[in-house]
Amino acid sequence: MTKLLYYPGCTLKADAQHFEESAMCALKELGFELQELERWNCCGTVFSLATDNTMFHLAPLRNLLRTREEGGDKLFTLCSMCYNTLKRANKLFNEDPEKNDKVRKAMYEEAIAYDGKTQTLHLLSLLRDEVGFDTLKNKIGKGLNGIKLAPYYGCMLLRPDGLGVDNMEHPRVFEDLIRAMGAEAADFPFRAECCGSYQTAQQPEIVAERTRLIIGSARKCGADAVAVSCPLCAFNLDQRQAIAARLHSDFELMPVLYITECLCLALGIEFKEPWKAFHYAPVDAVIRKMEKKA
Amino acid sequence: MLKEKGGLSYNTKMEIETMDIKSEFAERISEISGANLFKCYQCGKCSAGCPMAESMDILPNQIVRLAQLGQWDEIQNSNTPWICAACLACSVRCPRGIQIAEAIEAVRQICLRNRNSERRLGLSDEQIKELPPIAIISAYRKIAE
Repeated sequence: MTKLLYYPGCTLKADAQHFEESAMCALKELGFELQELERWNCCGTVFSLATDNTMFHLAPLRNLLRTREEGGDKLFTLCSMCYNTLKRANKLFNEDPEKNDKVRKAMYEEAIAYDGKTQTLHLLSLLRDEVGFDTLKNKIGKGLNGIKLAPYYGCMLLRPDGLGVDNMEHPRVFEDLIRAMGAEAADFPFRAECCGSYQTAQQPEIVAERTRLIIGSARKCGADAVAVSCPLCAFNLDQRQAIAARLHSDFELMPVLYITECLCLALGIEFKEPWKAFHYAPVDAVIRKMEKKA
Repeated sequence: MLKEKGGLSYNTKMEIETMDIKSEFAERISEISGANLFKCYQCGKCSAGCPMAESMDILPNQIVRLAQLGQWDEIQNSNTPWICAACLACSVRCPRGIQIAEAIEAVRQICLRNRNSERRLGLSDEQIKELPPIAIISAYRKIAE
């Protein structure tokens, strides 16, 4: 078993518990054990875009510092927004001497000084670079053959350029993973289009329109379900289908699954009953279909 | 003016005072965002790829032009900065390398810091129960200075 220092972030302990649990189940099968950071705090969810205020970078940097305190140099995340915020904060720390100086001074009471050496590792990078899709494919075999999944990247896995898990405009890691699981990846034009993100709090109708477009496009591509790796995308694409259905009588619900739930099914791990309650669009039918295949 | 619902309006006649053009507003945006708005040549790629453009009353490229001309009132009365989801599609696609999402963040910051824009999430108990923490925290972050 390889131990990975793991940063859950806020939502994996709340609305996305099934994301965490399914990731733990699937990764155990692949020889990885997630060891949660003993002390962690919210990363702030969004990277602060105002350059004249460094205060907001302290939250993500503290988590990277905790990783060093616990003797690690890699911090594993499942959530795309955590991944983005942690990774960008580290880049800023290493590449901007002026801000580096400021945040160091602000963290003077910490037991050790942060050295900028914690790498943030996302699930998709781990599966691609450390497990390898060929190994995964061999292990899975036929897997989800006959299932079509629409890979939804969203924004924070890809942008800004150079910080994402893959090429910003032509990513393929999600598709490759889906194919390694034996399923077909839908050629999905909305895969990197924003779901409306945090606007879901104040402008749920606008987000529901985004959801209708994105889900509608996945349906046109013949997908059985949309696969996601971000709890906010998951909420917007799944729960906001309720509003989309209310506003548009022709809107049909589509299941939205975390990629780790799909991975569990591909690896022949049982889809746990309590996970279903976290989903809005019914998942029973697609899970039965996937279980039969795996 | 530019204030028609739906974002696009071709009636763009406006009176501009020399004083407005000389205002330091665009520079203030630069200071906060690092984006040089004067590099913009109005190709419109930012607005073309903006997933939220449909709900904006002034399009992102128009915001840039208005900022160049020092039209702060137009910008601060617009819903655009508060509709932007900071997905960064505009920033990464701009052929002039202008960080537009960052500039929009700067507009939000200037509004919030000037206290001329009262912003509250005003979520009901029901909404707080419904929304995941990631949505509430990020929405709060966008109205925090």
